[in-house]
Amino acid sequence: MIDRLLGPADPEVSCDECFAHLDEYVDRELLRGDAEKAMPAFAAHLRGCPACAEEHQSLRALVTQDAG
Amino acid sequence: MPVAAGEDLLQRLRAAGPGSDAAAAELHALLLRAARFEIGRRRAALAHLHGESAEDLALQAADDAFVAVMAKLDTFEGRSRFTTWVYKFAVYEAAVRVRRRAWQHREVVIDAEAWLAVGDTRTGPADAAGRNELFAAIRRLVATSLSERQRDVLVALAVEGVPIDVLAERLDSTRGALYKTLHDARRKLRAELAREGHDLEGLG
Repeated sequence: MIDRLLGPADPEVSCDECFAHLDEYVDRELLRGDAEKAMPAFAAHLRGCPACAEEHQSLRALVTQDAG
Repeated sequence: MPVAAGEDLLQRLRAAGPGSDAAAAELHALLLRAARFEIGRRRAALAHLHGESAEDLALQAADDAFVAVMAKLDTFEGRSRFTTWVYKFAVYEAAVRVRRRAWQHREVVIDAEAWLAVGDTRTGPADAAGRNELFAAIRRLVATSLSERQRDVLVALAVEGVPIDVLAERLDSTRGALYKTLHDARRKLRAELAREGHDLEGLG
């Protein structure tokens, strides 16, 4: 509850910016493994926004399934 | 879809003329697959779906995603694989539809005053005393430091768990605008808590 009320401590992108870079973040995660380090404000947003986090999880799962 | 096939599809979509219809059909099929995937993941939320099937939802999501992809085709910069870029439009359209359908027959009552009045202790019994103290301070600051709009949006999203797309629809707003309000409210709370000397280390 406290985490949801206070959100992430670090600077974060907006929902629009999150959508704009979602594909880049997922491919960085799956192909290079450096997404969180390269895009920290994006990672912070995923901790604060359940809707964007759900879409991130789904896209990552879909692309992973595609690769398998 | 292999990377090369995705790049080939991009070229064929960008090139007008013979073959563009086939490329468009191929794109739509990709989007439909992604929409079905997303709706399949959220099937539990759609258990009460009336009149409209999951396949209808997937088709609507794929159709809207198709329009969005075609409108933004020239903005694709190759920062990801083309298929990953395409999929995100269908996942987004399907996810928003699922959240809204799941709440279609549920009333959204934003009652920040009630939450502040009842002495909510949902941080859980296992919380340390310091955490309960922090929670009490947050509740006090929600009541005294935030605007009415910030209070309502924060309580609806963070306490009541209303999905942001559902709240946006009910308040005639957008996800981006509501998240900005939520973000501003959270910043204000963090700043006030820090000013009062609360330890926020390890939170968020």
